[in-house]
Amino acid sequence: MTPRRRIAPSAVVWLFLGSAYFLIPLLATLLFSLRNDQTAKCCTLANYSYILHDPDFWSTIKLSFIVALETIAITVALLVPTVYWVHLKVPRLRPLISFLALVPFVVAPIILVVGLLDVYRGTPEWFYAQPYGFLAAVYVVLAFPFMYFSLDTGFRSIDVHTLTEASQSLGASWPTTLWRVILPNIKAAALAGSFLTLAIVMGEFTIASLAQFKTFSVYVQYINQNKTYPAGAITLLAFGITWAAMLALLAVGRGRQAPITEGEK
Amino acid sequence: MAVVELKQLHRRFGEVVALAGIDLDIGTGEFVSLLGPSGCGKTTALRLVAGFDRPTSGRVVIDGQDVTDVPPNRRDIGMVFQAYSLFPNMTAVRNVEFGLRVRKQRGADRNRRALELLDLVGLAQAANRYPHQLSGGMQQRVALARALAIEPRLLLLDEPLSALDAKVRVQLREEIRRIQLELGITTIYVTHDQEEALSISDRVAVMSGGQIEQIGPPAEMYGSPATPFVAEFIGTMNRLLATVGDDGSIDYAGLRLRVDAARGLPRGERVLCLVRPETVEVVRANGLVAEGAMAGEVLSNTFLGSTSRLRVASESGERSITADISTAQGVDLVVGTKVVASFPPDSPRLLSLADEPMFPVPDPDSR
Repeated sequence: MTPRRRIAPSAVVWLFLGSAYFLIPLLATLLFSLRNDQTAKCCTLANYSYILHDPDFWSTIKLSFIVALETIAITVALLVPTVYWVHLKVPRLRPLISFLALVPFVVAPIILVVGLLDVYRGTPEWFYAQPYGFLAAVYVVLAFPFMYFSLDTGFRSIDVHTLTEASQSLGASWPTTLWRVILPNIKAAALAGSFLTLAIVMGEFTIASLAQFKTFSVYVQYINQNKTYPAGAITLLAFGITWAAMLALLAVGRGRQAPITEGEK
Repeated sequence: MAVVELKQLHRRFGEVVALAGIDLDIGTGEFVSLLGPSGCGKTTALRLVAGFDRPTSGRVVIDGQDVTDVPPNRRDIGMVFQAYSLFPNMTAVRNVEFGLRVRKQRGADRNRRALELLDLVGLAQAANRYPHQLSGGMQQRVALARALAIEPRLLLLDEPLSALDAKVRVQLREEIRRIQLELGITTIYVTHDQEEALSISDRVAVMSGGQIEQIGPPAEMYGSPATPFVAEFIGTMNRLLATVGDDGSIDYAGLRLRVDAARGLPRGERVLCLVRPETVEVVRANGLVAEGAMAGEVLSNTFLGSTSRLRVASESGERSITADISTAQGVDLVVGTKVVASFPPDSPRLLSLADEPMFPVPDPDSR
């Protein structure tokens, strides 16, 4: 029988303090969200009902979600082959790309949106006036550092050269190698980048607001300004959506374990 | 007809010459090792054959077809790499199936063939394991099965055992040779380990400075090295810098030694006398020193298992020789024992230094 590991009392104290730091605001928000919007008395689910029955909630969350998926698709399609090629053929460009990836962090969103609105002025209406066009294009720029650094870490964790050459020696073409060998092995990194992108797009307010698109974050801001108690409800709902995305990442990332026949190992 | 022909293969990396024009013909079913120190060009040559690199000039011909410009995925060559190269997202059997899947072979046939090959390398029971669940030796065996699954016309092995521990290396190299003979597949093996190359190859090509110094069967490479470099690189060798004397003798630091190979050579010519340690006999001194023998004392006695390696030097220290003798015989010959060392006149090989003015004077200490 393996001996039970003893947990130091100081560890329990720190664990308690750490948990309290994160859980108390959530608990307070939960209690706040359960108050009646008219009487301020506890406890009712009316605020959640109000949010979930608001057509704006569903339309904005749908819009943000689709723009997020579009951003993820474009970013993955652009960056996975690029980062692969840089690691394989021109590793000396890595510092340059890392530097470029930092630019969206340095340029404030308000400057970015003003600049990009100007750059894209004159593009067709279906692109410029649509969130699926203009907004997605801007979010690809915003997501660049998150996706790039995630992918870069993923590619550094595998032997890109040997895997590529092994695949080619077995007859695989470049697309087959990328699709069947490289992509599955950087899946966790691509997923991490994707969920960071999802979180950014779902929560991005400045650009969407200035570009006058009604996204989920703009809706959250509207509720916060105008509805006291439902604001707590929507905060927790947004938090829940983020957690659901994180759990999905965990579930997908774990799907690699092989069944081992008993006695093999 | 040769299966593989390398014709005047050159490869430069900027100012660095990695391959300085090598020619090599390899016959059907032959196992040829490229042996040499780091940077000698052996891996570059292998990568040119595989198609992962392009020669600066020269041609690679396989089965009569010039493949110099053919991409690696169309060369039909199996390769096992030095680094672990199994695809981490696939089980052992899926790894072996990969090449067949690329060739669009039917699922059932593919699986049957993959399991056959895993059985061939003794890993049928590990078919469902992922690479991280396999030891290094097992991973390389799966990699070998994967390379063989596509029935390649040529198998390339790039130092596949270098990451493994000594015992597994010996086991696996024997297994590689068994499988190669069983399948009759033409193989090029790159290694820096002379023992590995000598033990499993039909021919060994010793490379240095981007060129093949000598190529031949292992016994010939060991027994008749053609150049000082080969003599130095393959096996342990006493290198006695001497001059040719009268009537089948050489002068080694004032000592006259009988060497059959010196007959007919011009008197006074500088030669390198190569003597294998296992041909040197060492006996305890009894006051008499026969002609052609070297008196001295034991400088060191190293236990090597069934044999012991003795370093014997003359009193003045001008002459020294290494001998491998049985441990039973060597147990009495402790450091400081007065001894006499000799070798049969027909065993040494002489290399003329007349044409090699730049050849550095070898260290009198043998390797």
